[in-house]
Amino acid sequence: MEPVIQFFQNFPLDLLLIQTVNGIVTGLILALVASGLTLIFGIMDVVNFAHGELFMLGAYLGVVVLASTGNFWLALIVATLIVAILGAALQVVTLRPLIGRDPLNTILVTFGISLILQNFALWEFGPVSRKLPEPITSHFNRFYLQYPWYRIVIAALSAAIIGGFWLFLKYGKFGIWIRATTQDRVMAQAMGIPVPWVYTGVFAIGAAMAAASGVLFGPLGSINHTMGLDWVLKAFIVVVVGGMGNLGGSIAAAIFVSLLEAYAAIWLDPSRAVIVSFVVLILTLLFRPTGLFVPTPK
Amino acid sequence: MTMTTAPLDKAMPLAKGKLSHTTVYWLGFCAVMALLIVAPLVLPVFWAKFLTEILIWGLLAMSSDLLIGYTGMISFGHSAFFGLGMYGAAGALLHTSPPNLWAAIFMGLVGAACVALFVAYFSTRLRDIYFAITTLIFSQIFYVIIFTWTAVTGGENGLIFTRPHFSIPFLVDVRFTTMTMHWFVLALVAGSYLILRRVTRSPFGMVLQSIRENEARTRAIGYSVERYKIVAVMLSGLFAGLAGVLYAVQNEFAAPDFVFFVTSGDTVIFNVMGGIGTLVGPIAGAGFFQLLRELMSRIFGDQFPYLIPLGVIFIVMIIFLPQGLLGFARRWLNR
Repeated sequence: MEPVIQFFQNFPLDLLLIQTVNGIVTGLILALVASGLTLIFGIMDVVNFAHGELFMLGAYLGVVVLASTGNFWLALIVATLIVAILGAALQVVTLRPLIGRDPLNTILVTFGISLILQNFALWEFGPVSRKLPEPITSHFNRFYLQYPWYRIVIAALSAAIIGGFWLFLKYGKFGIWIRATTQDRVMAQAMGIPVPWVYTGVFAIGAAMAAASGVLFGPLGSINHTMGLDWVLKAFIVVVVGGMGNLGGSIAAAIFVSLLEAYAAIWLDPSRAVIVSFVVLILTLLFRPTGLFVPTPK
Repeated sequence: MTMTTAPLDKAMPLAKGKLSHTTVYWLGFCAVMALLIVAPLVLPVFWAKFLTEILIWGLLAMSSDLLIGYTGMISFGHSAFFGLGMYGAAGALLHTSPPNLWAAIFMGLVGAACVALFVAYFSTRLRDIYFAITTLIFSQIFYVIIFTWTAVTGGENGLIFTRPHFSIPFLVDVRFTTMTMHWFVLALVAGSYLILRRVTRSPFGMVLQSIRENEARTRAIGYSVERYKIVAVMLSGLFAGLAGVLYAVQNEFAAPDFVFFVTSGDTVIFNVMGGIGTLVGPIAGAGFFQLLRELMSRIFGDQFPYLIPLGVIFIVMIIFLPQGLLGFARRWLNR
């Protein structure tokens, strides 16, 4: 009993609280990344391997635009737009010829794109990590707790982007086109919806979400050419745990996995805390291979 | 150059048409083998080593072809098998004195088999894209473990050891030279090829191919699809582990970089470039990839991001030449 009591006496409550907030903040950024991935998968049946690289490119473009304009929010918008256009171009050139072929071809093509983008970033920006300065430096003081406002702002912004996107899907004209295409591609085409362009638009939106989260995350960590893989891997885990192609499920899973990782980081070395999300994935595959946050299939 | 042209030679006698398929096939096989045996005698040392390395990468790619080409499962996790083979061999070489080659191969295969069992058990529960993603994630787990477990694996620095002698107890005990190393690798790769070819033509291989064509129907006929997939992944993992052992022995080190995702990605690229479902295609693909890479770094300098043009070639090939370089000979090779 003695060690158990000692464990609870030394329990770092304040640390736990901070890690809870941290977990929710990274969870929301991850949710933004994962919902772009889920969107592209759910509608186009394409697993976008290059998603992490679009995230990374967004962060780098943020650095570049910030350096020339000095305004973080402008950098956020410009980087997002540029990556959205790039995404649309990539879709037209590489993915459109593959419509109707085995979906495994698309994973190979997007893998090729990720390779090219990653090496382009290495070539263009060099192997040294960059930093994005925080646009808001003030701290939040309450309950003996100090917390940077910026993190709360990004969490709110991520949530707002996801929420806005959901509303758009529900009520916007293009959003209705997207949902119609998901339900029945042939029928949608027969009703006059330009399906190939819906695909292009969806890929552009997904890319924009990745880029926006890249810029938002920029100030919290270092930006380098390999950061994409970490994020895409986490997003894949989230998407599998949440149920592939299920937007609500991946958001819940993103927050769940990030919270667990944040708690694990209290006791473990952060580089090993990743293993926790791997364990979650293995357990999910064992007991609910269709995803943790979806209703049991009948 | 031998690698890219050699398998083509194999397909050439097709035009004659008089000899039986089997005769032509074995004649072609012997011709390619003869070329590869003679190669290190003719080539300068650098290119001889280069050829040996292509064969090792080819073995890795060929092992992955069993999954991609024959079972229809894309594995993005072959670096785990390769890496564990490497570290298994490293462990055996560091703990035996004098370093024993056969212990290295044995330990490498055991390591790869353990990982393969683990990966196979979990990832075969999922299909298609999900399989690809989970294998990728599993390989990253092993990367994180190897990278952070510094006490055993040397962490970022990896492990360095000396190359074992080629020994058969009471008979031979000689030091490996560039040439004998090449022949040793060639013997193992050719042996692996023959075994894999036998496997893919066996009833077991036929079931794998029917899983690729129509999984639901295969299940409906009464085959236990999961069990077949697990065995396929394990078999593939064993040969990938063998490639890891050979790479470790050839280069005298084991590094976490090879467990990283990039190795798995390269493996998939070799397969797609060379032509999946042919077994020799991936070896040709590895040769094609490595040659282009070497060529580009010679022309444009070491700093040149060769993966950008190679990535473009890769994408163009998927769109316009999805069967790969040797895809045209696929039926003939599998007959």
